[in-house]
Amino acid sequence: MLPTWVSCLFRPPNENDCMIEQTPRERPINLLVKASGYSSILFVILILFFLLREGLPAVASADLSSLFGTIWYPIEGYYGIWPLLFGSIIVTITAILIAIPLGIGTSLYISEVAPVWIKNILKPIIEILAGLPSVVLGFIGIQVAAPLLREGLNLPTGLSGLTGAILLAFIATPTVVSISEDALNTVPASYRQAALALGATRWQTLWNITLPAAKSGVLTAVMLGIGRAIGETMAVMMVTGNAPVMPHGLDAIFLPIRTMTATIASEMGEVATGSPHYQVLFFIGIILFLFSLTINVVASWVSTRGLKRSERSLS
Amino acid sequence: MKWRILPLFLGLCLLLAGCAADSGNPTPELTSVYIQNKGSDTIVNLALAWAERYQTLRPDVRLSVTGGGSGTGITSLINGTVDIANASRAIKPEEIKAAEANGIEPVEHVIARDAIAVIVNPQNPVDELTLDQISRIYRGEITNWKEVGGEDRPIVRLSRETNSGTHVYFLEAVVRLGNSNDKTIFSPLTLLLPSSEGIISEVASNPNAIGYDGLGYVTDEVKMIAVSRGKDQPYVLPSIQSVNDQSYPIARDLYMYSRQDSSQAVLDYLEWILSAEAQQIVADLGFVPVQTAQ
Repeated sequence: MLPTWVSCLFRPPNENDCMIEQTPRERPINLLVKASGYSSILFVILILFFLLREGLPAVASADLSSLFGTIWYPIEGYYGIWPLLFGSIIVTITAILIAIPLGIGTSLYISEVAPVWIKNILKPIIEILAGLPSVVLGFIGIQVAAPLLREGLNLPTGLSGLTGAILLAFIATPTVVSISEDALNTVPASYRQAALALGATRWQTLWNITLPAAKSGVLTAVMLGIGRAIGETMAVMMVTGNAPVMPHGLDAIFLPIRTMTATIASEMGEVATGSPHYQVLFFIGIILFLFSLTINVVASWVSTRGLKRSERSLS
Repeated sequence: MKWRILPLFLGLCLLLAGCAADSGNPTPELTSVYIQNKGSDTIVNLALAWAERYQTLRPDVRLSVTGGGSGTGITSLINGTVDIANASRAIKPEEIKAAEANGIEPVEHVIARDAIAVIVNPQNPVDELTLDQISRIYRGEITNWKEVGGEDRPIVRLSRETNSGTHVYFLEAVVRLGNSNDKTIFSPLTLLLPSSEGIISEVASNPNAIGYDGLGYVTDEVKMIAVSRGKDQPYVLPSIQSVNDQSYPIARDLYMYSRQDSSQAVLDYLEWILSAEAQQIVADLGFVPVQTAQ
């Protein structure tokens, strides 16, 4: 028999035996927990306020034709953000195209196929990969990945968007794996048993039953992986070559690229507070903020929408 | 309990006072002075070597040296967060204006000279280029090594980030060939690498690459290009000698900026930097001394 508090965790809180009365000693702790919860909301609002206050004047001070131009060379007053925007988007999309099959495949293997002992080895290793500092990955990228790609694909230089995308894929994959593996684990065993009992093969069960049942969780994993990739700074700054080239086609991924995050990181140190350059860098920060806001909103929309549907199907 | 520590504490005080008196230090202050020094990545190794030597001479002075780029150093001086800014380019008029608005009057000191070496991969058969050819490579007008007598390979241009004084100097002296009315900028295909070491390592591994770096940073893994001012002028390799006799065309002064109302410790340090002993360190690190040692 489980203790009361454990069973209460799995029950709706309005059941009478779960209503725990607040004692005077608990009250300060309660307040503290509440305060830390609300403070994170407060911090997000403050960050947004600060970003808008520092960044929005850029629209006025660096004139718009310059801001939406195609040349980024801030020390001469060229503040065209398109090359940076496209640079970030191209690198992130390529990274996520690598990370999705890799991440979902790994999570399917770990949760559905692998024997227990392999699972026990793989999971901690992937968690270590998630905790690897990106500067270490960047160093590996410069020393190993860039020369290999240059020789293998006969590129002019290995410091290209592709090298950055591959590193970002390695950074995003652990996020995708751990979240989609959690989602796969929540699929009730009865689904699989029913499928197997009806004569489906293991692959048919996995592909047609388990994965679709965990769809919302897997999509959330993908969205959070995108969020992880677009916000990454250090690794891309080290390996993408940072040339603010305006992309002209899909082959831009094989050329050097400059991302928004790398631009902020490498230039924020030199700007005088309040100068147009400073404001434009914060403006780029606003764009990044909007990106990650969109990604998070879509991720939570996807997961709650999926929840309602599964609730519907269970009822 | 509390009183048992007191004699120990008093003893420690006496011991420390004794040490300070023993060091034979001429300054009346016994407390140590703290000098913050920040800026150019070109100068950072030199500044570190100076700081280490100076602290053995003057144990009462503590120096903290950081890099980050000339722009970063000058911005810090303007914001009043450092005592001395290192810069591999002269301060800009708008930076002086910004400093004066903050009540700081920057004072310039030329502390060494530096040659900027143009470097390529050792496999690259090109040995010499004119200033004009280098300029056209970085403007994006020359895009293949065969146009300057090399193999049929694309040229990959490497540069430091825009906050680097070396970048600004190279833009003005080489890309624009010293013409201040010229508003040309680097080709957008130029790779902007965050460090001098990054440029050396990419040039060392990539036969398509061309880069530039301070003479003090050049290693054996890369090949230096002999540069001439024009087609019929002599091609000269960068060295201390060719900078001193002004035959090497891409050389510049290195600066430290302090504020007008600097403390005596900062003034002493800046004076020591121009001494024969400190300028010997300049030569040891591959830079060019400003005063010949007496």
